[in-house]
Amino acid sequence: MSGAAAEEVRKFLRDTGTVFSREFMPVLRGPVVLVFTMGQPLLFLFLFGSMLEGVRGGASWQWFVPGILVMMCLTGPMMAGYSLLVELMGGSLERMLVTPLNRVAMLVGRTLKEFVILLFQAGLIIVLAVPLGFRPSVHGVLVGLGLLVVFGVGLGALSFALAIASRPGGDLFWGVTQMVLFPIVLLSGLLLPVESGPSWLRVAAAANPVRYIAEAERALFAGRVADMSVVYGLLCAGAVAVVGLAIGTRAMRRGV
Amino acid sequence: MIHARGLARRFKVKRRGVVEAVRGVDLDVEQGQLVAFLGPNGAGKSTCLRMLTTLLRPTSGTAVVAGRDVVRDPAGVRGRIGYVGQKNGAGEGFRVRDELVSQGRAYGMSRAAARARADEVLGLLELEPMAARTPGTLSGGQRRRLDIALGLVHRPELLFLDEPSTGLDPQSRADIWGHILRLRERHGTTIFLTTHYLEEADSMAERVVIIDQGRIIADGTAEALKGELAGDRVTVGVEDGLGGRAAEIAERVAGPSEVVVDGGVVRLRVPWAASMLPEYLRALEAAGVKVRSAETARPTLDDVFLALTGRTLRESEEVAGP
Repeated sequence: MSGAAAEEVRKFLRDTGTVFSREFMPVLRGPVVLVFTMGQPLLFLFLFGSMLEGVRGGASWQWFVPGILVMMCLTGPMMAGYSLLVELMGGSLERMLVTPLNRVAMLVGRTLKEFVILLFQAGLIIVLAVPLGFRPSVHGVLVGLGLLVVFGVGLGALSFALAIASRPGGDLFWGVTQMVLFPIVLLSGLLLPVESGPSWLRVAAAANPVRYIAEAERALFAGRVADMSVVYGLLCAGAVAVVGLAIGTRAMRRGV
Repeated sequence: MIHARGLARRFKVKRRGVVEAVRGVDLDVEQGQLVAFLGPNGAGKSTCLRMLTTLLRPTSGTAVVAGRDVVRDPAGVRGRIGYVGQKNGAGEGFRVRDELVSQGRAYGMSRAAARARADEVLGLLELEPMAARTPGTLSGGQRRRLDIALGLVHRPELLFLDEPSTGLDPQSRADIWGHILRLRERHGTTIFLTTHYLEEADSMAERVVIIDQGRIIADGTAEALKGELAGDRVTVGVEDGLGGRAAEIAERVAGPSEVVVDGGVVRLRVPWAASMLPEYLRALEAAGVKVRSAETARPTLDDVFLALTGRTLRESEEVAGP
């Protein structure tokens, strides 16, 4: 590697750090916000999960907690796009685009922050679910969280690209996230098993990448690391990450 | 500091086809100048500014800003210029000082240097008490000062400001201007700003560049533009029926660029009223035309724009809309 290229990499890492610490500072300043953003998954965990336990018996936590984590992984990165949209509509993103900050670092730094929060929240959910009867496999959880991170990075990048495409009004962003998020959640078997639905629904669910990720997470949390569903899940998460980062960095490079 | 040649930008717009926002701008700004860029909405002011600050690639033409080419070395330009956009630059939910530190880091400063510099600019723009607050809790004038502070963190030699005083109350406007002028006085910063407050451009900038429909139509000091392009207005009241005679004498004595007779009132436009008026009044008296009143008015930049385009800046604003 030549000196100039090494310098380029150093600058990229530095800029990523700068963007990450800027994004993360408000979290450190007011960590209470973290708890509020967890309100929905916690509600699902305690209210929906407990109902499910009544219907399906004790093993339901094993099935339900990975689903909740995947759901958080869907909503968290969406919010990352929202934060970018707010900065796009205000002047703060423009301000940063006139600085020598690397464009791709601006995207990666933001995504990294979502990651850290996602990992923290996932950890909290797992810890809270243990007293309820959730018995995860430790190495399975570690691989499972890694899988979520890959998936979350891709989704975050897609959401940034969507935010950039939604300028100046932002309506497109809301329209797409609302129209896409719910069908994806419902057709992924995150909350209720898809197997009990009619055949057309099972076909639709088979085309939903989130379904494979949910299945992979369930296998991993149960300790079945070598399960085929894990391979499918990793492929889906990897594909989302590659496509997301490609589209996201392209949108960012093209200029905002 | 700025050398632009044939700078142009086209936009593809749905239904309306191609819009030529900027059509070949040549511009040279030397170090230490304070230039006001003036024009109605939609004239191409912001598009020009966005090209000079690397936010937008020109369709054609070149621009060298702070010694670097905006297309070939945008990163080089970015490191050397400061930019204060039309909208507020600080992110919601971020503390004032944190944003200033991040800004310093973005320009490659070490953490310690960025912190020290953040405190310095907080002091410079009298924002110390707001350091731990978020932008949403600041007044309009304070937010604008913060925007300028963000633009100054890396001590740029050249600062671009897009409508720095728009939407502020008169006191905050004066305050912002105080800071801009001090900056130039103390550090010799070259300042290039857009404004649509004509009075501001007139009184503050030593050079005014007027753009209309994507082209620069005038460039010079406010005084020179007014003298050459608009001229003073002279209004003389005479006895009824003698207006025509007074106008004839004016043509002979003053060589006005414009004469309008309205009953007993004659309106003239002349390059320099102070020296012309006494002579004109003497000539009228000698011809037996009794003068009832005489008045002169210095032109405004709006008169300059009117002389150049046949419409006033304000009319253009209304047509173009916000």
